[in-house]
Amino acid sequence: MSLVMLVLLAISPAKDHFSQWRHYQKQYLHLIRGRADAVTLERHYEGGIRQIWIPEQQVTDRCTTCHLGLKENSLTDVSAVAYRKHPVVPHSLTEFGCTTCHRGQGAATTVQEAHNATEQWEQPLLPAKYIEAGCGQCHLEKQAATPFLNQGRQLISSYGCTHCHTIKQGDGTYIQPEDDPPSLKHIADKTTRDWVYAWIKDPQAYASTATMPNYHFSDNDARDVSAFIMSQSTSLEPPLQPLNGKPNPDPAAGTSLYGQSFCASCHAMQNAAGMMVGGNVGPELTGIGTKAKPEWIADWVANPNHYDPGTMMPHYRFDPTQVATLAAFLESKTEPDFVANVHLEAATPQQIEHGKRLVLENGCASCHEINGIKKPENFAPELSRIGSKPISQLLFVEGVDHNLHSYVAAKVSNPRAFGPALKMPQFKLTLQQVDAVTTALLAQTDRAATQPPAMRIASVQQSKYEPAGHAGQLMHDLRCFTCHMINGHGGDMAPDLTWEGTAVTREWLTQFLKSPETLRPALIRRMPKFNLSDADINTLTDYIMTVYQTPEFDRDSLPASELTPALVEQGRELFYSKFACQSCHIADYAKDKGYIGPALAGTGKRFNAAWVYYWLKDPQSLRPGTIEPNQHMTDEEARSLTAFLMSLKATGAKEVAKK
Amino acid sequence: MKRTLIFLCALSLSVSGCSHKGQQPAPLKATATGAAILESSGGKQIGYIGMPLDQPIVVQVNDASGSAVPGAAVYFRGSSGVSFTTASALTDSSGQVTTTVSLGQQAGRYKLVASTGDASGKNIELPIEEIALGYQQTVGAQLNAQYCLRCHDPESSSLRVSNMDNLSVKPHAFTEGDTLNKMSDVDLIAIISHGGPALNKSAEMPPWGYTISKSDIAALVSYIRAVADPPYEAGGLVYAQK
Repeated sequence: MSLVMLVLLAISPAKDHFSQWRHYQKQYLHLIRGRADAVTLERHYEGGIRQIWIPEQQVTDRCTTCHLGLKENSLTDVSAVAYRKHPVVPHSLTEFGCTTCHRGQGAATTVQEAHNATEQWEQPLLPAKYIEAGCGQCHLEKQAATPFLNQGRQLISSYGCTHCHTIKQGDGTYIQPEDDPPSLKHIADKTTRDWVYAWIKDPQAYASTATMPNYHFSDNDARDVSAFIMSQSTSLEPPLQPLNGKPNPDPAAGTSLYGQSFCASCHAMQNAAGMMVGGNVGPELTGIGTKAKPEWIADWVANPNHYDPGTMMPHYRFDPTQVATLAAFLESKTEPDFVANVHLEAATPQQIEHGKRLVLENGCASCHEINGIKKPENFAPELSRIGSKPISQLLFVEGVDHNLHSYVAAKVSNPRAFGPALKMPQFKLTLQQVDAVTTALLAQTDRAATQPPAMRIASVQQSKYEPAGHAGQLMHDLRCFTCHMINGHGGDMAPDLTWEGTAVTREWLTQFLKSPETLRPALIRRMPKFNLSDADINTLTDYIMTVYQTPEFDRDSLPASELTPALVEQGRELFYSKFACQSCHIADYAKDKGYIGPALAGTGKRFNAAWVYYWLKDPQSLRPGTIEPNQHMTDEEARSLTAFLMSLKATGAKEVAKK
Repeated sequence: MKRTLIFLCALSLSVSGCSHKGQQPAPLKATATGAAILESSGGKQIGYIGMPLDQPIVVQVNDASGSAVPGAAVYFRGSSGVSFTTASALTDSSGQVTTTVSLGQQAGRYKLVASTGDASGKNIELPIEEIALGYQQTVGAQLNAQYCLRCHDPESSSLRVSNMDNLSVKPHAFTEGDTLNKMSDVDLIAIISHGGPALNKSAEMPPWGYTISKSDIAALVSYIRAVADPPYEAGGLVYAQK
């Protein structure tokens, strides 16, 4: 009896003695004793259960019990992951712990329980490919170090996931959809039922870049949905404007107007070689002639605000000949195969009724405005805390590993695999895009939602700035904010204009708005010509010169009289030798070739001297994020360079031959 | 010492044991055999830890006369943590197999192998190398794209024209290991921070030390080291083995 007692009593210490972590510690000691810096490493070593405890972050991590070399600079070459030094990251282990970023069960002391999901503890380690989800819990801003998290958040916006799913971030902001799905209120003015049918059957067959997902509608369902949508369409008020010009008879005129207007800055089109050329701000135009009716194209080119007051596209003010020319060019871009096999008969009331049911069931109105259908609220489950969803609340299907990240990735990549009756449509994403979206979703954890605000780096939100008055209306009509940022509002395709009034001269600005010259020869995106009237140009220049002024320095603080010829010569010397500015800029079209920054040959006409001086002293203070390096110039160097640059008064940049 | 090494190997295997499951592809019934296996595309890519690479790997099996062999069995394998969308397949009608690879958890170079059996049943192997960037190198890669690439990369993109040809002294591409591997970290940091003249080189390389932070410059150096070809071997302390 007493012998049995003794054995029983021995079980506990024996279990402790043979525990897994002791094993790891013994092996670690073995490893470090074989190394040259054994003494240092041994001095750092402390046996027993190690723990990082940060109560305010709910961190109790015993990972360092086995991962003993995480802080040892010399252990970068060890093959065993357990003993290797942690790669360089900006956060210290002691301040953040391990599970904050990596997840897993911090308090566990066996390999299995710490890394994998077990029955009682279901938080497995984040696989390396989703590690940026750890960063995303606190970092809501776009960070250089987290390309996939940024990409995932961007995809959630640009694919419009948040039309249906609400995603609230830790700082209380919501991820906003940015895909701008078109209103279908007047769809019959724009396109045919045949096209709508083919489109909802397979959007990517029309445009490979389309973000509209595939609902896998049967032929009959697509027939009925198209019937309902067309039946709900009303005529635009006032109606589409008829063409009152004739296209330019020159067959190349359309192509050249498309090029001159820089349509490709925003729209992609497949060229003869099958390559997609152009931007992704607006829809792809490869088959626009098949999609849109000729009268709609002409009306849209004349003034896009008429059909869609919320469009990002500027109002170009083309004359009637230009409208006809560009419209004819776009009409010629057809993909007849896309609708070749569509033969729809007139819709019956039953079909329309069935179509309505499908539209309601599939939540089409979450994205598109449809007459007679209300936008559903919270059409799909909220995803604000999807990254902490307990596995017990998930329904797995065969082939999906039993953990949260596999579930999320499977849902994103192939939602219909979870049951044919599920409404979530199939998005067209690459493997990498699926992983990026999964990363962004896994960042939506309980920790992200509940941690103290001091832990959070808030996302950068657009300001609500709108310019006032007549100039404001003009800037809205020209959609300046699609490309330019002003006072924290707008796009990043073109330079920030917040202080443009300080930077440039009135004469130059007037001339530029009349006929934009090439400033950056190597850029494919350029400022288009909007065909503005003199009165409009006047209004705009008045406004820009008055309002967009920096308070940092006086615009007139460097008069021309101070820029002596001697300074000009000193500046020339500095430009070409000490600072080698010609590597990136052109001062003289005859000999300089630098492509990166804007051409400076016309600086004296374009810029104001004080702006040039302060720009040279500290470019980032005037335009945060500009890639012009701060050269740490002395006041005198900056003054001489300003004198030289202000002496350059060439007009009209040369085009650079594209490779 | 040897025993320790063996144990460590076993240990790392057991730690990453799960990822090894399913790595061994089931044998395929090949309908033909080739005499050589070649890389068509997809090698030497720069990717990120754990993530699928941008471009698929395409390998081709040829017969002795150099024409493509359809129906030959091709197997892909890699070190721990590496996964393939197609780990094994028969070559298609043009003699090719396409797969997308996701690299493992550690930053560094990954040596992958594509293999096929020849007529005598002998294995012919094709080594393929890919690079995975870790945290610091990823920061470096982003900085490279923002500040360095336009001069240091001779290739133009669809949005921008390379500036390399406009410079009187041609900058080194960061992959030029033959040159850059000879420069110490300190020299690289000096030339990035203070510009070409810091090392008696051209002023066309401007100083970036007043524009980007010290840790960002360290990140750039780690990126340059990661993509060097031939690979960069860290100098530093060499530890005597007992």
